Amino acid sequence: MLSGVLLFNQKGELLIMRAFRQDMRPRLADVFRIQVISNAQIRSPILTLGSTTFSHIKSENIYIVGVSKGNVNSALVFEFLYKLVNLGRSYFGRFDEEAVKSNFVMIYELLDEILDFGYPQNTETETLKMYITTEGVQSQRPTIEDSSKITMQATGAMSWRRDNIKYRKNEAFVDVIEDVNLLVSANGTVLRADVNGAIEMRAYLSGMPECKFGLNDRLTLGENGADTSLGGPTGNMGGNKASKAAAGSVTLEDVSLHQCVKLSSFTNDRTISFIPPDGSFQLMNYRATENVNLPFKVQAIVNEVGKTKVEYSIAIKANYGSKLFATNVVVKIPTPLNTADISSRTSQGKAKYEPSENAIVWKIARFTGQSEFVLSAEASLTTMTNAKAWSRPPLSMQFSLLMFTSSGLLVRYLKVFEKSNYSSVKWVRYMTRAGSYEVRF
Amino acid sequence: MSSSGQDAKLFARGKVAELRAELIQPATKKDKTFLGKKIALKKIVANMTMSNNDMVALFPDIIGCMEIESVEIKKMCYLYLVNYARMKPDLALKALPTLQQDLLDSNPLTRALALRTISYIHVRQFVEATVVPLKKLLKDSDPYVRKTAAFTVAKLYDHDRTMVEASDLIDRLNLMLRDENPTVVSSALAALMDIWERSETIKLTIDYTSASKIVQILPDCSEWGQTYILEALTSYVPHDTSEAAFLAERITPRLSHTNSAVVLTCIRVVLYLMNYIDSEKTISGLCAKLSPPLVTLLSKGPEIQYLALRNALLILQRRPEVLKNDIRVFFCKYNDPIYVKVTKLELIFMLATANNIKEVLAELREYATEIDVHFVRKSVRAIGKLAIKIEPAAKLCITTLLELVATKVSYIVQEATVVIKNIFRKYPNQYESIISTLCENLDSLDEPEAKAAMIWVIGQYADRIDNSEVLLEDFLDTWQDETHDVQLALLTATVKLFIQRPTKGSELVPKVLKWATEDTDNPDLRDRGYMYWRLLSSNPTAAKQVVMGEKPPITAESEKLDPLTLEEMCLVVGTLATVYLKPVHTVFRSARPRKLQESPALQKEQLPSWQAAQHAKAFSAQNGVVDGIAAVPGAAGAGAHNGDVLSEADAYFASVGGPQQMAALRLNDDGFASPNPNSYTVNANQPLGTIQPMRQVNDGRDGLGEGEGDLLSL
Repeated sequence: MLSGVLLFNQKGELLIMRAFRQDMRPRLADVFRIQVISNAQIRSPILTLGSTTFSHIKSENIYIVGVSKGNVNSALVFEFLYKLVNLGRSYFGRFDEEAVKSNFVMIYELLDEILDFGYPQNTETETLKMYITTEGVQSQRPTIEDSSKITMQATGAMSWRRDNIKYRKNEAFVDVIEDVNLLVSANGTVLRADVNGAIEMRAYLSGMPECKFGLNDRLTLGENGADTSLGGPTGNMGGNKASKAAAGSVTLEDVSLHQCVKLSSFTNDRTISFIPPDGSFQLMNYRATENVNLPFKVQAIVNEVGKTKVEYSIAIKANYGSKLFATNVVVKIPTPLNTADISSRTSQGKAKYEPSENAIVWKIARFTGQSEFVLSAEASLTTMTNAKAWSRPPLSMQFSLLMFTSSGLLVRYLKVFEKSNYSSVKWVRYMTRAGSYEVRF
Repeated sequence: MSSSGQDAKLFARGKVAELRAELIQPATKKDKTFLGKKIALKKIVANMTMSNNDMVALFPDIIGCMEIESVEIKKMCYLYLVNYARMKPDLALKALPTLQQDLLDSNPLTRALALRTISYIHVRQFVEATVVPLKKLLKDSDPYVRKTAAFTVAKLYDHDRTMVEASDLIDRLNLMLRDENPTVVSSALAALMDIWERSETIKLTIDYTSASKIVQILPDCSEWGQTYILEALTSYVPHDTSEAAFLAERITPRLSHTNSAVVLTCIRVVLYLMNYIDSEKTISGLCAKLSPPLVTLLSKGPEIQYLALRNALLILQRRPEVLKNDIRVFFCKYNDPIYVKVTKLELIFMLATANNIKEVLAELREYATEIDVHFVRKSVRAIGKLAIKIEPAAKLCITTLLELVATKVSYIVQEATVVIKNIFRKYPNQYESIISTLCENLDSLDEPEAKAAMIWVIGQYADRIDNSEVLLEDFLDTWQDETHDVQLALLTATVKLFIQRPTKGSELVPKVLKWATEDTDNPDLRDRGYMYWRLLSSNPTAAKQVVMGEKPPITAESEKLDPLTLEEMCLVVGTLATVYLKPVHTVFRSARPRKLQESPALQKEQLPSWQAAQHAKAFSAQNGVVDGIAAVPGAAGAGAHNGDVLSEADAYFASVGGPQQMAALRLNDDGFASPNPNSYTVNANQPLGTIQPMRQVNDGRDGLGEGEGDLLSL
């Protein structure tokens, strides 16, 4: 597994270097600096030199590098690096150069704990925070009883939750957040439309609550997946798309679940039951490709008139109910590299030419359902000697839309069972955002 | 949430003398928490990071601090010790008693910390001093200490394997597989696998009972523990096909895990177990389960996406039913990193069929106008290769290519020229009408490969291009400056021109033959020059037959991995080797080779290598070639042109040249996977190299080479 972990800043200065095996030499840090950081040609997150492999990710303004020898499990390495970033964020708020420099000793301490001989150990923030704490909070030795609790927690089956959590008010917040991806070809065909969804939960619940989660009445998983009822009517299996969509059902291509969810019971009868970690976590990720409701329909007409002018006519229609409205709608309309000037008119919002992005950026603060807005613009171009054809990158959109899910996913119920039988309050929110929402023209 | 630390100002270079002064200043009464010492130690740790090796001079002072009752100080001292002990082993020894004492501490966290630390130190006395306490700690009452102890055995093995092998530590480690705590079991397995990976003597076998037992504890392990357990499962050899099926069924819930290491490793195990399952129904059921999680990985970070895509390339070759319906999910997003895009492109190429070709071509056409030159070229190549791979689509592909040539972008035109040449070779006498379009763009050709391709076209169709001799002369003007590949192409083309239009070529041929034979230091060029010369002077009819003879058709199938490599790669899904898609030992020489173990349940007839061997056997029986060719690695791939005429000779040459070629390759690869894109040979067996721009190595067999098998390997 990992021979060492390195953290660099943008300039290639070493911030952290921890060796876990003898074959990790300090000079390997120089090798990475030369071969990757100062090499503009580098095009891969993985570089193997001799038998040494550098796997790196970038977060904010730092490089996080796993050094390994031999044919190691690459998924494990990258997942660990992601986890390290998340852990850093949860400990320090951010995980950038400043945060690393301000907490370098603690990062060493964490690394020593979460890797042993290069093998990832318990990386649950909840457990780690019991005994690796920021300065001043707890620098005296934990008592032996405390220590035993910690060690049980760190090796137990439920490393994500500790005992004796108490809240005066028991609450659980559920956020269903969907990123809808769209790619439309120049002639208007939808090349792909899919949804990456996540169910995020913030649980402030006392004791050891057993939660049960209910989604749409009919949840279908995969093409051949069994139609499984969560308290609703079954039957009509393998019905056509239209009937499925009508019945308040949702078809998920695939789901992945937080490790607190009992995977075997999910596989058997699609029940999502779990004992949640304390605080916020991601309960579930899912992917949907069928019956995707696209919040916006985009029509883009772009004409290159001669070599000096490009004409744009962009119309965007909101497909959701008129009671809803999207916020922070940003439409990025690419312009040729040799654009000299732009003139534009919009029926709503503001459009501005951003030379640094080579695009017209059209912002609409509030986009009410069922309305349609248009932009017309004209780009005048400077003449260029070597007129290479304009590559016409796709138009892209950003937005967020509350109380709407593109997949049609719904949370029917969330039940909390705890031996003390307290009552709890649950909240659900839905939001759909643009993932990669692209329209070619 | 804890406030952010304030240590940034301590992260600076310091001088030994100053730091020592800070470190040894006596603690004042006010400073009960040893704040002064902590700050000094932090500065030292910072300097350690900056490789300021002067810090080693502080060793005695650090040892002095170790006794202080503060976990924070202790951890920093230990970190220092791990870093510098090898530089000053004598001084480090003074720290040994403290560590040994901590190993007996009543606090489990302290015991584990001491054990972890002592076993990081590569100094003989430390290693030896670990053994006795370790035996006790392996049976510690605390699971946290036990799991640390399990990893310690692997660490000791790394320091001194003979000592560990002579002791009973590995047996004791084995016993831990029966521990009641799942984390301890998974740690013990990870440690055993680590030892196994580096050992020649140790065998790791898991029987069905143990396999089911460790599968049972899977849900109770951390995500990492689950990965270790799944990795170990490939050491279980099913002896009964129903056992394999049952186990595969039991681990499939892991495919819904959110950690991609668990998912990919689980895919690896399922693929492995499928080799031992006889029921086709079970297999197709399992295949159907693999597809969605693989695609879901594409919503992870780009690095994981890349890994998943590379593995998809692999899985697709072994189990085409996985992913068969999913071409659109591989369409590139505009902002995908280039390494993701390039791999998606390869997948799109592999998944393209006559049914989806329109959609695919529209997509590739889009990519061909993007900004990244390398990606654009690869897209153009893919279009050309599709014309060869999917016959009914050839016309459509050519139309798309001509549209691209019309953009007049130099590198697009050059790339298109190269692939169009291949299309001519695949479909002789069908599409020559487009030659004129190519001829319009001669000026934009400045790369040897494109030039050579164009020259080949001119030579081959000299009788149909009105001004072929003029075009050729233009190229000949720069003869001296051309690469050998282009010179070879020019030589052949000139001879072809002369044979087809003797009047036009008669002036050029003697000139070129003279250059080729007298003014060169390249033996290939000279030999070919002499050969043509002799042919033309002794028997012009024979010359025509040789030079203008019918060429074997080319195929696009050689981008597949050879069967043995494919089998091996499927056993290591998710590892680094799958990123390079090369046999493990060519990337990592010391890695332990993996292969499918014999068992009554092994479905031999379904293995790619067995099928290839059968195919080769049938083939050699039919052609009367010596048996045994199938055993030659490379034979399958080297037969890139399976024309009936030449295949026999090819098979022969492959069998002769195979081993040497492989040996040469290994020399080339000596430890370096791909740091320098120009440093290794791309042959038909290894078409999918790294994504760094790679020059295609032309083997020069036909002046233009047979390298077109590697179109996608750019």
